[in-house]
Amino acid sequence: MNAREIRQMFPILDQEVNGKPLVYLDSAATSQKPVPVIEAIDKYYREYNSNVHRGVHTLGTRATDGYEGAREKVRKFINAKSTEEVIFTRGTTTSINTVAASYGRANLSEGDEIVISYMEHHSNIIPWQQVAKQTGATLKYLPLQEDGTISLEDVRTTVTADTKIVSIMQVSNVLGVMNPIKEIAKIAHENGAIMVVDGAQSAPHMKIDVQDLNCDFLAFSGHKMCGPTGIGVLYGKKNLLEKMEPVEFGGEMIDFVGLYESTWKELPWKFEGGTPIIAGAIGLGAAIDFLEQIGLEEIEAYEHKLAAYAMEKMSAIDGMTIYGPKEASKRAGLVTFNIDDVHPHDVATVLDAEGIAVRAGHHCAQPLMKWLKVSATARASFYLYNTEEDIDKLVSGLVKTKEYFSDVF
Amino acid sequence: MSSKNLDTLYRQVIMDHYKNPRNKGVLEDDSLTINMNNPTCGDRIQLTLKLEDGKVADAKFEGEGCSISMSSASMMTQAIKGKNIEETLKLSKVFSDMMLGKEYDEDDLDLGDIEALQGVSQFPARIKCATLAWKAMEKGVGTEKEEQE
Repeated sequence: MNAREIRQMFPILDQEVNGKPLVYLDSAATSQKPVPVIEAIDKYYREYNSNVHRGVHTLGTRATDGYEGAREKVRKFINAKSTEEVIFTRGTTTSINTVAASYGRANLSEGDEIVISYMEHHSNIIPWQQVAKQTGATLKYLPLQEDGTISLEDVRTTVTADTKIVSIMQVSNVLGVMNPIKEIAKIAHENGAIMVVDGAQSAPHMKIDVQDLNCDFLAFSGHKMCGPTGIGVLYGKKNLLEKMEPVEFGGEMIDFVGLYESTWKELPWKFEGGTPIIAGAIGLGAAIDFLEQIGLEEIEAYEHKLAAYAMEKMSAIDGMTIYGPKEASKRAGLVTFNIDDVHPHDVATVLDAEGIAVRAGHHCAQPLMKWLKVSATARASFYLYNTEEDIDKLVSGLVKTKEYFSDVF
Repeated sequence: MSSKNLDTLYRQVIMDHYKNPRNKGVLEDDSLTINMNNPTCGDRIQLTLKLEDGKVADAKFEGEGCSISMSSASMMTQAIKGKNIEETLKLSKVFSDMMLGKEYDEDDLDLGDIEALQGVSQFPARIKCATLAWKAMEKGVGTEKEEQE
């Protein structure tokens, strides 16, 4: 994999920010978009924009082919058995909310348990808080090990016969840890629970095989994997989706509408009320083509290398705290950190003046911040277009940040 | 490094307030407590105000946040002490205009250290940091004003 060549395909990266060449290290928030994705969306609007699944005209057919073609690309991408199991949503948040609102409300009652972990993103916490309140179910948190990892021992003791839903992120957006989803799913199933996977930080960076993981639901977003914003995926096992009620009602999702009763279309369309996100799906399809051309295994291996390099260089800086496991082998391509005596917002502002974009704040993971006993952290996250040179610039930016703040004090 | 730019933000006096915050703590007794946070970044402030005879008799703050939010809180408490409600709200308006990069009308208000925060207006991402404490103050003084009316 040649990151320098790949980088050329991302026009946004070729610019100066605050007089310095842009170093984009915030891909865990959203990734940049390569030319083929931008062009696919542009082409759709210029050449065949039309509504799908209706009308007889030629553009409508082309748009439908584009939209449904993207669904097949997603199916292959995650190795789902059929496109009936692939629902287009607005993103990970909507996907998890759909499971909580539909499956959760129908299948939970008092005495039942939902198990999540301390490291979850707010989008995999709040939908469950809400459904717990509505149904009287109990929300339980898996504890974390000292280094931020989940132990299967803890999963075995936390998940009980009363547990109906286990929902865990595959890769942490803060700690960078990769959770043993396949093993957790096995424990969930042994206890009669279903397994929901938040794949927002994994789908862009590694090969996912839903049949191998044997998860019941998987949620992920297009915009973190070189696709546009506003499109995401909910994968669900067919036998579960078939029994579930839609969450949104209206056009597109109906079979027959009477005055007082209506029936729904078959899968997956019963979950896609309203005009779907056509350009978004087509853009996501182009992003999948792009990533697969390079190879997800290649991308994952490259990002591991970058993470290892970053860990080595960053931990050599005096006064640096890095959160999550120390071993690069346990980490995905992001490093969350703090520098002694400098608030992460100030770190991010000084780095920005150097043209370096990092994220600072609670990363939509307030319970995890509490567990880490910090109010905020800074995070550098990498993707296939980043290079060791980017990390060198980050490191020298961090050294300058330290110097700057020791000077002004 | 483009330190010229940064120096307009991180002025010495700001750093001094960050390192040595004035009026840090919590007022006891019948003081007014306002909790406010910035949900996008995790900054939080607890402001306690003692209002007597339509004036801010005392003000203290506790919180967690970046240099800009904490120094702004420190300066704000310093500035409003002894001022009447009308004056504190006027000061708040001046500060808000300053953050928006608008011309502001100082009148006979003594801005003191607050002027050092002027540079924040050039860093749009940090304006919310600077205004957090002021919003908390407005909320506190505002409820008091409503009760009086």
